[in-house]
Amino acid sequence: MPLLKVTIDNIEVEVEAGTTIMNAARKIGGSVVPPAMCYYSKLEGSGGKCRTCLVKVAQGSAKDPRPMPKLVASCRTLVQDGMVVQNITSPEAMESRQAITEFLLLNHPLDCPVCDQAGECHLQDLSYVHGLQETRTVEERRTFKPIDIGDKIKLNMNRCILCYRCVMVGDQITEKRVHGVLGRGDHAEISTHIQRAVDNDFSGNMIDVCPVGALTDNTFRFKSRVWFTKPFDAHRECKKCSGKVVLWMKGEELLRVTGRKDKYGELEEFICNDCRFDHKETGDWVIEGPRTIERHSVISQNHYLTNPGDAVRIVK
Amino acid sequence: MATQILLKNIDVPGLAGFQVYRNLGGYTAVEKALKTLTPDEVTDEVKKSGLKGRGGAGFPTGMKWGFIDKQSGKDRYLVCNYDESEPGTFKDRHIGTLNPHQLIEGMILGSYALGAKTAYIYIRGELFYVLNIIEKAIQEAYNNGYLGQNILGSGYSLDLYCHPGAGAYICGEETALLESLEGKRGNPRIKPPFPAIVGLYGCPTVVNNVETIATLPWIINNGSDAYAAIGVGNSKGTKLISACGHINKPGIYEIELGLPVEEFIFSDEYCGGIRDGNKLKAVVAGGSSVPILPAELILKTAAGQPRLMSYESLSEGGFQTGTMLGSGGFIVMDHTTCIVKNLLTFARFYRHESCGQCSPCREGTSWMEKILTRIENGQGTTKDIDLLVDISKHVEGNTICPLGDAAAWPVASAIRHFREEFEEHIKLQKCPF
Repeated sequence: MPLLKVTIDNIEVEVEAGTTIMNAARKIGGSVVPPAMCYYSKLEGSGGKCRTCLVKVAQGSAKDPRPMPKLVASCRTLVQDGMVVQNITSPEAMESRQAITEFLLLNHPLDCPVCDQAGECHLQDLSYVHGLQETRTVEERRTFKPIDIGDKIKLNMNRCILCYRCVMVGDQITEKRVHGVLGRGDHAEISTHIQRAVDNDFSGNMIDVCPVGALTDNTFRFKSRVWFTKPFDAHRECKKCSGKVVLWMKGEELLRVTGRKDKYGELEEFICNDCRFDHKETGDWVIEGPRTIERHSVISQNHYLTNPGDAVRIVK
Repeated sequence: MATQILLKNIDVPGLAGFQVYRNLGGYTAVEKALKTLTPDEVTDEVKKSGLKGRGGAGFPTGMKWGFIDKQSGKDRYLVCNYDESEPGTFKDRHIGTLNPHQLIEGMILGSYALGAKTAYIYIRGELFYVLNIIEKAIQEAYNNGYLGQNILGSGYSLDLYCHPGAGAYICGEETALLESLEGKRGNPRIKPPFPAIVGLYGCPTVVNNVETIATLPWIINNGSDAYAAIGVGNSKGTKLISACGHINKPGIYEIELGLPVEEFIFSDEYCGGIRDGNKLKAVVAGGSSVPILPAELILKTAAGQPRLMSYESLSEGGFQTGTMLGSGGFIVMDHTTCIVKNLLTFARFYRHESCGQCSPCREGTSWMEKILTRIENGQGTTKDIDLLVDISKHVEGNTICPLGDAAAWPVASAIRHFREEFEEHIKLQKCPF
């Protein structure tokens, strides 16, 4: 198969047929990669919902050079040979991204100071780069009480952006999904089916795929800010999964076990609940060494200044 | 008297029964098509007739059929979109209630043209009584050999099912409809792929509106030339208009496309003028989602030409000074109407009906409704009007399906044409009506 040539923000890259704009941009890397709040490469059918990755297609293909009439979701649009895409070079795309960020934060409680996800939250990162300086809404936000969906997982619906990732984990990683989206529109919510609890060997992955603090680990809740913990690659013999994890240590204490995430915050492999929740002693693990995490947002606040290519904030 | 295709026999008692329909020339189009025409010839007739989809978007029906994937060898489906739920639109309900056999005959013709062995009518959940009428009619069609195996000895077989939805406006969006028909949550799919390639159960599918399908028998019986002779410009044939609001004679009218809007509103044959001799203020010409137009722009275009009931004339001037024919839900408002309150009603509807899948629509529709509630209740601020325009601009075009656009257009157009009324609400800190 011949490779397709696509130009993203004036950078040319060659990719195989069937590649999305998002993945072509990830091949280039750096600041041309659109943010993804719902797309997750390991979950089939994900993406297209949050609209933060909208980009402008200035030229459809070499054969049909017309621009696409609307912004397109880069995570779900396949590249064509000769396509010209504008992400951070398109004022239109940047304006819409700012608007989408505002929409996503509209009903968000902005409770980062007490949220366990802070520091590794994609919404926090997104609003850092694309958020408005001030809020334009005076309306009351929709609120829910936090609930336990299963004994290990806390659902804080106020923070949810309805990315459907955890629903897809339920469908694709676990044997039977017992939770889902109930209701419609702004009154839609994630919840378990009547009187059921999420209880299966791989449910913990819902926490890892959640881009925000809607699903958090009950065994880690309020134990520490993530930036006070140090990550270590570790593994153990496990019959259910690869056993390859990241241990989050504070001094000698093992506070949390998660899967290993790549630079886009996506799990390299899904891990089982045994590894995640039930092996909280360092002696359970073979520690391989410190893990380098690409730290962003509140963890290293000057990140955007040291890397001018990333400074794509619109100041209004 | 204008040509009547859909409402010609609508007042005949017992039309919903097979025998009455048959005696009036029913099912002759099926006989003609199955005995004398190939599927491609039926498609060609529809293409030549210039029939456009009557559900709102106005996409040429024949062209839509032409896109269906016949190469893959997969089963093909025809699905009738009977999820009519746009505020102001109530035309399809009429066809199914009083003339279900014409719809069934159209389904047979469409399925034959597409080579579908199974077809579905997806009906809105609230129209349960219509479902009963249609199911009875389908049974009669089976009993008389127009559905089932080897129809009229032609070798063509078709099964037709009527499936009720659960009462969601979003399921009128064709891919959400297909999801719902498959038994899933009615969330619109991300396109491409389009249903013509990957539709129901992953197979090539065409989704057509009730009115579109019910028109097919007439086209086959009378020929595409006769159909194309009706209408004006690229707006061929007749259209059902469900007229409501402050008019003397609300109801469902079949018009020949190209009828002047002024005649439609004021002549006794149609709406019969504004109630109590009041002054016409505004019209929403094609169901709640299309832009509202003030009296002067709905009767005459910006260029001073008389505005006609046709796809081209109504959209003349773009969204700045024009609107759309849409689904034919014609809502007339007299000078006693509060535009803000009317807009709030629409906004509340779209907020409630947004599926919540994509963020601009989910959050944007509810934000717009909250702001409008404040303005209508006298708690608006001067910033709110521009904020509304800004929100609508960022919802429009950024969503997965057209519901976002449908929610944004009424807001943008109401402010475009009636800004001073919003300002008055804010100045007086109450509704002036």
